[in-house]
Amino acid sequence: MADLTSEFLGITSPNPFWLASAPPTDKAYNVNRAFEAGWGGAVWKTLGEDPHIVNVSGPRYSTLFSNERRVIGFNNIELITDRPLQTNLDEMRQIKRDWPDRALVASVMLPMNKEAWATYLPMIEDTGADAFELNFGCPHGMSERGMGAAVGQVPEYIQMATEWAKQAASIPVIVKLTPNIANIIPPATAAKQGGADAVSLINTINSIMRVDYDNLTMFPTTDGMGTHGGYCGEAVKPIALNMVAEIARTADTADIPISGIGGITNWRDAVDFLALGASNVQVCTAAMVYGFKIIDDLTDGLSNFLDDKGMTAVSDLVGKAVPSVTDWQYLNLNHIEKAVIDQDLCIKCGRCHIVCEDTAHQAITHTVNGERKFVVIDEECVGCNLCVSVCPVDNCISMQQMTEGVDPRTGQKIRSDKASWTTHPNNPMRQKV
Amino acid sequence: MASTPNIKSGRLSKQEIDSNFGDLHPPLSRSEALIAADRCYFCYDAPCTTACPTGIDIPEFIQKIRSDNLRGSAHTILRENIMGGMCARVCPTEVLCEEACVRNTHEDKPVDIGLLQRHATDPVFDQNIQLFERAATTGLKVAVVGGGPAGLSCAHRLSMLGHDVVIFNRDSKLGGLNEYGIAAYKTIDNFAQTEVEYILSIGGIEVRNDAELGNTFTLDELRNDYSAVFLGVGLGSVNELGVEKDDLPGVLNAIEYIADLRQAKDLSALPVGKNIVVVGGGMTAVDIAVQSKRLGAERVDIVYRRGAKQMGASRFEQDLAKTSGVGITFWAQPVRVLGDDHITGIEFARTELDGSGKLVTTNESMRLQADTVFKAIGQKLVANTLEALEIEHGRIVVDAEQKTTLNNVWAGGDCVVGGDDLTVSAVQHGKLAAIAIDRQLRC
Repeated sequence: MADLTSEFLGITSPNPFWLASAPPTDKAYNVNRAFEAGWGGAVWKTLGEDPHIVNVSGPRYSTLFSNERRVIGFNNIELITDRPLQTNLDEMRQIKRDWPDRALVASVMLPMNKEAWATYLPMIEDTGADAFELNFGCPHGMSERGMGAAVGQVPEYIQMATEWAKQAASIPVIVKLTPNIANIIPPATAAKQGGADAVSLINTINSIMRVDYDNLTMFPTTDGMGTHGGYCGEAVKPIALNMVAEIARTADTADIPISGIGGITNWRDAVDFLALGASNVQVCTAAMVYGFKIIDDLTDGLSNFLDDKGMTAVSDLVGKAVPSVTDWQYLNLNHIEKAVIDQDLCIKCGRCHIVCEDTAHQAITHTVNGERKFVVIDEECVGCNLCVSVCPVDNCISMQQMTEGVDPRTGQKIRSDKASWTTHPNNPMRQKV
Repeated sequence: MASTPNIKSGRLSKQEIDSNFGDLHPPLSRSEALIAADRCYFCYDAPCTTACPTGIDIPEFIQKIRSDNLRGSAHTILRENIMGGMCARVCPTEVLCEEACVRNTHEDKPVDIGLLQRHATDPVFDQNIQLFERAATTGLKVAVVGGGPAGLSCAHRLSMLGHDVVIFNRDSKLGGLNEYGIAAYKTIDNFAQTEVEYILSIGGIEVRNDAELGNTFTLDELRNDYSAVFLGVGLGSVNELGVEKDDLPGVLNAIEYIADLRQAKDLSALPVGKNIVVVGGGMTAVDIAVQSKRLGAERVDIVYRRGAKQMGASRFEQDLAKTSGVGITFWAQPVRVLGDDHITGIEFARTELDGSGKLVTTNESMRLQADTVFKAIGQKLVANTLEALEIEHGRIVVDAEQKTTLNNVWAGGDCVVGGDDLTVSAVQHGKLAAIAIDRQLRC
């Protein structure tokens, strides 16, 4: 059995799954239940200045459903904690006392003045919290007041506030980044330069879920008016993975530890984040959709996966896939793949044919010798993977590499050497070989 | 043999009868429908659509259920099959669209196309939403003979195309076998009449009930008085058993009993035998057998002269019979009706296929006690009024567009060669004929 014990910035937890700072970690009652269920750690719902903020008493969440009403995407307009600071501190202290083996991280959001950081951080640290996470990510509400994403979108502010936090804190400082930017590297670099011990990402994405089809207002509203919220859940995972991988593969930021966040619902999602460079992961939406019990699949699935791979610790997995991420310009243009349809598995729905016919390369038949039959036409197939993407049957269509002979589409001989755009004759900027 | 027939009403309480004759396939709730719809793969050139005699674009109507566009979904269905509501209830989907569903290959369970079709169309009938309008009137008049599915479909399409229609209907209500011939539990709450009213609500269709071809009017008169004639007369008479004493009291036509049952105000008042034998192997055989059982008959047996595979009733229907407590005996055909004043039983000879594949009787025989024998061995065309037409194997010959051998006469439904006793096929015939009539009239 692989050891799931996680060490992140010297903070140990029995597994690498922390609950992200959000409603599930709002108070001791929830966090107790989470730890009883087996979660490795919790980032307490973001603390702010006293007097505490207030929330709306109406819809705070809305959902993007699949047709069978599975939650794909989730959006919220809830703000940071709406309880008195002292209440939170008392409960955090008690939780840390009751659960010494679990990670307890204090998420904080403070205005852009040094005194606030110097005042509040020591009070919070005194609870016994293992680290701070600076919330530079919330894209709604608090950002209007110059905090959250309003800080995270300006690298200079990130660096400045991180420096204040580092000066006020003796425990590690994690900077939580917003995805509502054009390029994740400048904010990550700023955090590093400010002295951050780690970054966590992503926070939620600016979003409006839909309109109300009866009233033609946005949906949901508070008394007829609505505001954009933060988008999360399974649908945001690919966006998060890209940002994590960018930080992990960029020389300037590659050495900063990453806590991965964004749509993690099952153990495979965790593998994605870990292999692309995160050292642990945080989860919120999946818990809000299914309850804390999902931790069983997360830990058990990850443990079995590590066993299957012959890995003994989570750290063996961290960053494994990072070297495979590169720029488009370095992809091997000599590599040729063709789709192959397993006729024994094919159920003859024809989805591959019609999408290829209508929107791609006209490379799949619908009839062969008068029979309904779907076969790839190698002379037309560019190996784009669209058919694989739409096929409803697992493993029915696969991409297979051609290693010898001639590509029937181009008539060119298959080459074993590599050649990328950087040297391609059509590239006016090509390197001289 | 004792010859007091045990036939009486009230074998079951009203409550039991109500429960027995409830909806065979209750409608899907909205969330059930969304889950069922989500199973559709939206196939290219969908096999289900190919398998539908009326060619309903099934993936399209299911997609519209998914997107909460039920009115659009209903239009997709009804524009090809104006009886899409009834067909959702009575089609043997297990041998049509649902048999063709690629989900069968994937996981041996098709998309619930029939139930989804009902989900999409029910609101149209419940709320009487008119989805069709008539084209500019042509001033031409077409006669439609027969008020069943073929005739109603033809009339509706002709009206859409701008023609005026007169339906000559033998019965006192429209609907044909939908009203008089289908098992009650398949079409509850008077749906056949709701559908008829919906079809007529497009306008331009005059109905003359109790008007029988050859009795109150002739084909020649119609051909003279109207621009075109469509015959959807069905099969007006019932095949006989053709054995000794087959006219003994207690030997009944299944189709007539079902008509009585369908028109009965109180099913518990309907007399039903204790021991019932049904001779035949089609949908009607199962319909009468299951309904007899549900009316309280103690023992009901279907006896069919061939095997399960040859049976006209689909596998689902056969299973329905069995789970309703009906026995099915294959490979036996009647040779003699037993009894003096009233039937007491029926004797069968066992059958088999000889070396050349021909059905032959063997020396083995069997007897079943019965106070009622239902004949469900098919119906035949009343051809004496149709002498001007070419008839083949007892059915009217038509071309691919449902045109008969007479220039201004079209025909469809059970009465034509190729008719297969299905509402959905009759609807298609009526539709094709209307389109062909329109084209010819506009030439």
